[in-house]
Amino acid sequence: MSASEKVVLERDDLRRTLRRIAHEIAEKNPAPDALAIVGIHTRGALIARRLHALLGELTGSGAPIGDLDISFYRDDLGAKSPAAQPVVHASHIDFDIGGKTVVLVDDVLFTGRTVRAAIDALFDYGRPQRVQLAVLCDRGHRELPIRPDYVGKNLPTAREERVNVRLEELDEVDEVTISELIEVSA
Amino acid sequence: MRHLLSIGDLSKAEIEAILDRAESFAEVGRRNIKKVPTLRGRTVVTLFYESSTRTSSSFELAAKRLSADLVSVKAAGSSVDKGESLKDTVATLSAYEPAAIVIRHPHAGAAQLVAGWADAAVVNAGDGKHEHPSQALLDVYTLRRRLGALKDKRIWIVGDVLHSRVARSNLIAFKAMGAKLTVCGPPALIPRGLEELGCEVEYSLDQLGEADVVYALRLQRERMQESFIPSIREYATHFQIDSRRLGRRQLLMHPGPVNRGVELSGEVIDSPQSLISEQVASGLVVRMAILYELLAAGDETPVPATGDGAGQPTPIGQPA
Repeated sequence: MSASEKVVLERDDLRRTLRRIAHEIAEKNPAPDALAIVGIHTRGALIARRLHALLGELTGSGAPIGDLDISFYRDDLGAKSPAAQPVVHASHIDFDIGGKTVVLVDDVLFTGRTVRAAIDALFDYGRPQRVQLAVLCDRGHRELPIRPDYVGKNLPTAREERVNVRLEELDEVDEVTISELIEVSA
Repeated sequence: MRHLLSIGDLSKAEIEAILDRAESFAEVGRRNIKKVPTLRGRTVVTLFYESSTRTSSSFELAAKRLSADLVSVKAAGSSVDKGESLKDTVATLSAYEPAAIVIRHPHAGAAQLVAGWADAAVVNAGDGKHEHPSQALLDVYTLRRRLGALKDKRIWIVGDVLHSRVARSNLIAFKAMGAKLTVCGPPALIPRGLEELGCEVEYSLDQLGEADVVYALRLQRERMQESFIPSIREYATHFQIDSRRLGRRQLLMHPGPVNRGVELSGEVIDSPQSLISEQVASGLVVRMAILYELLAAGDETPVPATGDGAGQPTPIGQPA
């Protein structure tokens, strides 16, 4: 881990941010019954679960929730060493997404390639009415024309920097930090 | 993993990784669109020198569900009929630059030979009496789904063990997963020295009651040039698994195709204990996982670099 790691969102900031996003989602979608939340593995799925709980408190309705694993939709297969291959989680979308407004949730929006893959994966489940994108952090450097609908925090970063999202469910703390990426290989 | 030639090449952890992957593909099979773009633009060749329904159809469908382009060659009706050698056929098909060649051949070691000739990843879909690793993987997958874990489960493999590549691969795989194995059949159909593989050998079904799983093998009449058994009827009298011999808590498996009324009676094939159709369903997802593991999971032969490697896009799904 890099020596210089700067905290940009602390525990309470992070929770307030999620609460605000939940309010924005509720505001933009007056018909909560048409809503569905889908998180992208791994941390996007955890954030989706939290947003789902917050939305439930706000609107009192239980929108269906699912999660997506995008491994089979990657555009860089075979380009990585076996050790770098992500663990495969199965996707869980056990409701009909046809006609729904699906809010895709991820932790960090960077190049946009993950979101591209997630949209492709989503359409194999059906034809949603609308797809919106909620991210905890937008760090810029897009390589595809993708724009989030809900942003927790805009983080101006250099390409070599690394944004670390840590969540209590996995990492025992709630925080977002920026660190210098240590040079691994050329 | 470069090729899948023998189940013995895989460690327990590697077997489990493939089975976990297969679980993800089972989820894909429950979607509206049961196809993922993973192997788009890659070519898979299936080359079958022996008849097959399950193995060939499931490998073909697996390749298609992964969006690969498929060339499927059967010996009958191809240039093999005109006397083309295996090596020449492989050279011909290699001109299409396939990413994988799935081969079934009546002679042991054929897949190994092809692996030496071709650049593609080679999957052994059965070579003579030698091995059938994808069958072993799908059987472990099927049992793992039913039993949770195979550790200390007692599995009886019954029938024509001598001619069975399924028996050989499954013994190795079940053993690797910690199962306790018994092999049973008429003495003429049990190879000598099988005990060294770490299994018990029985020549009658008297103790079948101790088995948690009964794995029946097909009597391979096409491989029997001499008489190994007095008659089919006599074989069935002594070794047929029927409702009288199969206890209620025992699971029944068979690699197919079944000689109905020979190694299995009709009523046990259709009984709720029979996993035979589950095995077929597992075949598809496990073979998807095998192709994925060989072609997509990244190995020492990365996808051919086009251009100078400059402007490499950022890998997705990385910690940003």
